[in-house]
Amino acid sequence: MALDDRKSHFTFVGTRPNRPDGLDKVTGRARFGADVTAPGMLFGAILRSPHAHARIVRIDTSKAEAHRDVKAVVTRADFADVPFKPGLEGEFWNVLENVMAGEKALYDGHAVAAVAASSALAARDALKLIEVEYEVLPHVTDVDKAMAPDAPVIREGAADYSVPEGMHPNVVRYHESGHGDVEAGFAEADLVIEDHFVTEATHQGYIEPHACLASLGADGKGELWCCTQGHWIVQKTCAALLGIETAQLRVTASEIGGGFGGKTTVFIEPVALALSRKANRPVKIVMSRSEVLRATGPTASASMDVKIGMKKDGTITAAQGVFRLQGGAFPGAPGDMTAMCAFAPYNLTNVRQVGYDVMSNRPKQAAYRAPGAPMGAFAVESVIDELCKKLGLDPVEVRLKNAVREGTKASYGPTYDRIGLVETLEAAKAHPHYSAPLKPGQGRGVACGFWFNHGGETSVSLALSEDGSAQLMVGTPDIGGSRASMALMAAEVLGIPYENIRVTIADTATLGYNDVSHGSRVTYASGLATIKAAQHAVEKLCERAAAKWGIPVDAVKWENGCAVPSGPNAGDFDPLPLAEITADMGRTGGPISGHFEATPEGAGVSFGTHIVDAEVDPETGKTSITRYTVIQDAGKAIHPAYVEGQFQGGAAQGIGWALNEEYIYGEDGRLQNPVFLDYRIPVASDLPMIDTVIVEVPNPGHPFGVRGVGETGIVPPLAAIANAVSNAAGVRMRQLPMSPPRILAALKGNG
Amino acid sequence: MTKHHVTTTVNGDTVEYLCDARETLLDCLRDKLNLTGAKEGCGTGDCGACSVTLDGRLVCSCLVLGVEAEGKQIETIEGMAQGETLHPLQRKFIEHAALQCGVCTPGVLVAAKALLEKNPDPTEEEARYWLAGNLCRCTGYDKIIRAVLDTAAELREAS
Repeated sequence: MALDDRKSHFTFVGTRPNRPDGLDKVTGRARFGADVTAPGMLFGAILRSPHAHARIVRIDTSKAEAHRDVKAVVTRADFADVPFKPGLEGEFWNVLENVMAGEKALYDGHAVAAVAASSALAARDALKLIEVEYEVLPHVTDVDKAMAPDAPVIREGAADYSVPEGMHPNVVRYHESGHGDVEAGFAEADLVIEDHFVTEATHQGYIEPHACLASLGADGKGELWCCTQGHWIVQKTCAALLGIETAQLRVTASEIGGGFGGKTTVFIEPVALALSRKANRPVKIVMSRSEVLRATGPTASASMDVKIGMKKDGTITAAQGVFRLQGGAFPGAPGDMTAMCAFAPYNLTNVRQVGYDVMSNRPKQAAYRAPGAPMGAFAVESVIDELCKKLGLDPVEVRLKNAVREGTKASYGPTYDRIGLVETLEAAKAHPHYSAPLKPGQGRGVACGFWFNHGGETSVSLALSEDGSAQLMVGTPDIGGSRASMALMAAEVLGIPYENIRVTIADTATLGYNDVSHGSRVTYASGLATIKAAQHAVEKLCERAAAKWGIPVDAVKWENGCAVPSGPNAGDFDPLPLAEITADMGRTGGPISGHFEATPEGAGVSFGTHIVDAEVDPETGKTSITRYTVIQDAGKAIHPAYVEGQFQGGAAQGIGWALNEEYIYGEDGRLQNPVFLDYRIPVASDLPMIDTVIVEVPNPGHPFGVRGVGETGIVPPLAAIANAVSNAAGVRMRQLPMSPPRILAALKGNG
Repeated sequence: MTKHHVTTTVNGDTVEYLCDARETLLDCLRDKLNLTGAKEGCGTGDCGACSVTLDGRLVCSCLVLGVEAEGKQIETIEGMAQGETLHPLQRKFIEHAALQCGVCTPGVLVAAKALLEKNPDPTEEEARYWLAGNLCRCTGYDKIIRAVLDTAAELREAS
């Protein structure tokens, strides 16, 4: 992007106006996934496997079908007939297998049949009438055990070309990258530390369970309302699974009650569509919380080995990591992402990283905020902390000494453009938190984190109204206040007040394709597209002014919401406001709109540094977080309050992951804690205020300098908290969550 | 199955519905009265997204049976604003950016209103413990707590 296209002085951007959806959300009026009904609507419910791994010998649905309130029952057989798109393969096949089991149930909670009935109670009752005969098979839920030679095979032939020969069939993808000579690097070091780290699977924990309302006719035309981070991927996937044409399925995204990566795929939507087609009536399905925990997409769990060499002056001479991620019964665990992000904050001459994607009898993992990155950061930043401690070095100074800058070759290959890691570390060093005294029993930890950020396919359309207001249609569901930031960016370009712009999340029938709201891409990519669409409209506004004044269009420029002559030679005309041009637009050439469709590539990577104080109670092993500071590069904060909100939310989720949250599987392979009482996410009384520092190092790839901010905030917390707890407890914590029993055991083991 | 006839008062309006003995008050509010402001986040009383008051007492409506509402006074998020005028908590939540996805917001607001009616001058710790039954996964609670304490201060000044 040309430099002269970049903007650095703003009128609207950087202010904190009220969000456009605020009123609806504080009055209970906002419509989320489960908040709609349709005439003649039925209620769907899904029967799920009680076994971690079992062959489905027989399903008898006859008794359920005979129930007087039941209008349809579906099993996998109802998905087999795909006239338009025969031979599902690749990820579509995986998703189909996940939303409705075929020959085998692959995890506790795997869907095996579904019913639609005239009431939710009747649907639940009818599930009990379905008879399923299972042949229970040996199962495995642990990543290291799943890679062992004697592990049960989840599915033969699932591995791709990347997996080296001789590995267990449960290893389905392999990643290796790096540069230099790590052995030579370790030989140069004054101290080398190698350690093993484990993290457990966690869930995104969005408060809104998955919900949808589906209607599909025998004519292959359908309507779907659902809570999703991306309704075009829902459209494409459901069409493939149901064997209908993509364009015949119109998908509308509801207000979404949290996603964090977990609502980037489908679970109940194809099932509701299949039930609707069979019953010829609309069908609503709402998951229970235990269904969400058992059968949606938690994170991968991880087993990791990290080795780092350091000189006495703090220079890292070599780094090596092996990251094994378990992602459930399907390929997809982000072992490659973990490997690529793990050492990304550091300028390393010698680095090697290996990632494994391993299948087990657990639900198919889904993205969770910077998927894969937090685990790797936990291992790497813990080893760096230990090296600093043993060598008597300041952990921020050591990170500054090794920090990547513009022009550094990244551990995962490319050369960095303008980045802000050093600025976050300088801000950490200067922050009063870093030098504040600690009380007895407290420890302080710091850690850095990295995330790639993403661009992705994006379409935006903007239409001006006769009265000079503007409607902006974007296709990325608003998961964190993005309608406010889109309106601010459009206001900036058009020069009309923020309040005069109405932003709508368009449905799949009214806008071109949009990738999911993931990869921290919305403010970057939909924002860039909004700016371009607004600029497109401004070009047309200038054309109308030029025609009115009878001067060439290049003699007109746009300033403060008005067309003005570009210089004294262009002519002497009064500024022509937007609303005056639109008032006449029907007579001067027709409606004025702006569009932009592209896959922007300049997302701009993001770094953050967190400082955390923790206090460990030696009697109970309970950890309290007493102070927390998030410092992160936002490029340019469009709506600073929602940037802070992203930082705070990421930190809070990280605190849960570090201290409490974990998927606990029993010997029988069943999830033991599928309710919020037992899968305990942080509550208000668990947390302190979370301080934030927004660093702004503009991203050269965005007209206003934006970098995504949503995901990086969850990368440092696991490590920062582990470092704080280890410093407080006097013993290195290598396994998450650092729950009271684990801390007590560690304290005991330390004598 | 025979259904039960229930007459109750919701946000000052007398309402009637027929419900199965197994249906919760939350089911009845949402599915029979079309008051979908209260949300089901868990169905087990752990998340607080379904918070309402029953005869002035803060409850999880997922833990109350529909039949138990007979003759009671129920207040939900839909009754919090007075016409066009938002309750100060609602206004402060918008101003403080105390909501992101907004699905927990109705329950948090109902619970916070109950707190301020009981304790007009809560400390940060008191507010955090009172709201510990209302899960929010987006905000880290920081801006929620600030909005509640700021509202409390404003209400104290006004009174």
